[in-house]
This record gives sequence, C-alpha cells and structure tokens, in this order.
Amino acid sequence: MDLNSYLLFVVMPILCFSLILTFIRFMRGPTTADRVIALDLIITTGVGIIALFSIIYNHPAFLDVAMILALIAFLGTIAFSYYLIQEQKKRKK
Amino acid sequence: MTSLIIAILATSGSIFALIASIGIVKMPDFYTRLSVTIKAATLGMGTILISSAIFFNDFAVTSKNIAIIFFLILTAPIAGHIISRVAYFTGIPLWERTVIDEMKGKYEGGIENLQSSESEEQEKAKEKAGKTNTPKR
Repeated sequence: MDLNSYLLFVVMPILCFSLILTFIRFMRGPTTADRVIALDLIITTGVGIIALFSIIYNHPAFLDVAMILALIAFLGTIAFSYYLIQEQKKRKK
Repeated sequence: MTSLIIAILATSGSIFALIASIGIVKMPDFYTRLSVTIKAATLGMGTILISSAIFFNDFAVTSKNIAIIFFLILTAPIAGHIISRVAYFTGIPLWERTVIDEMKGKYEGGIENLQSSESEEQEKAKEKAGKTNTPKR
C-alpha cells in the first residue's frame, strides 16, 4: 500500500467522520455559542483536509486556501461573540 | 522512510481531530466542549501540516505551512477565551456537577465591569475616597 492510497482510504475517512460528528453538534447545539465553536472546529478540520488533499494530488497551491480559512475561522468566532454580546446589551436596556 | 513518517504524522493528526469531535458531541457542558475543541484541533492540524511540509520538501511550502501553524496556534486560544467570556456573561449555565465557579458573584454588574485595569470612574471614586479619608493636618 503506497502513501497516496493510505492517505486517501485511511486518514481521509477518519477526518470526514470527525467532520460528521462535529456537524451533529452543529445541528443539535442548544445555544448559539455551541454552534459557533462547532463551526470553528469544522473549519479547522477543513484546513487539515485541504492539507491532506495537497499531499494526495501533489499540488502545494491548495495550501493558500488553508491559510485563508485559518484566518477566517478566527474572524468568524470574534464576529459572532461581538454579535452575542451586543444582543445581550440590547436585551438589558 | 519519509513516507512512513508522513503516514504516522497524518494518522496521529486525524486521530486528534477524531478525539476532538467525539468530545464535542459527548461532553455535557459548553465550557468542557470548548476546552476539548481548541487544544485537540490545534495539535492535530499542526501534525498534519508538518507532514505536508515533509512531503513537499520545499522552502516556500514549508514556510507557508509554518505560517498556517503559527496562525492556528496564535488565534485558537484567543477565540476560545473570547467566546467563553461571552458565553459566561450571556448566562449559559454550567454543568450541574461543576465543582467550583470562581467568577460567581464577582462581576454582578455585567460585562462592562470586567476589565483588566480599573476604569476612569472607579479611579476618580477612589481618589475622592482617599481624599476624604486622609486626616487633615
């Protein structure tokens, strides 16, 4: 078994299974904050999947997308927390 | 030999991601879910990106990978801290079997009162209090 088929048939299914499990929490999550951290974990796992794809298809250009995603995840979490705290302040008034 | 190292690193990274996702489904509380998410995902993605750096064996790709790892390690704890702070102030309940809540009762006035240094009004109030308390000569 060479490296490409090992990565494609063993490592990639593990990552996809973890993505599905995280998506269950994203759908179920009782509060908005649960959904925010589930989305953060989904994007972080997506960075790993992109890095694996760049190994399998021998294309280092995919890593640019991974870098942008890693930054967008942080921005998304910060924006959602700002939105939550503004909503809380409005409710208090 | 190189492919063996790549396979081991990628497998360990994917197992870390699997552990994080199992934790986020099974943990009983928002705060425990958060703690399991940030650490495991950061470490797992770090090993996968290192394996990609070893595979390409190129300076540009390696520096790109190091930049991604740096961004992840820099931003994940900050995001976790901010979302947990917001979650505490919006009143997301702790697990009923939580042993200790150290923030309880300290910040009753809301999130405006949680600052690293004292606000200007508090400083002014303190100065006034100090002036009135000091005995006149």
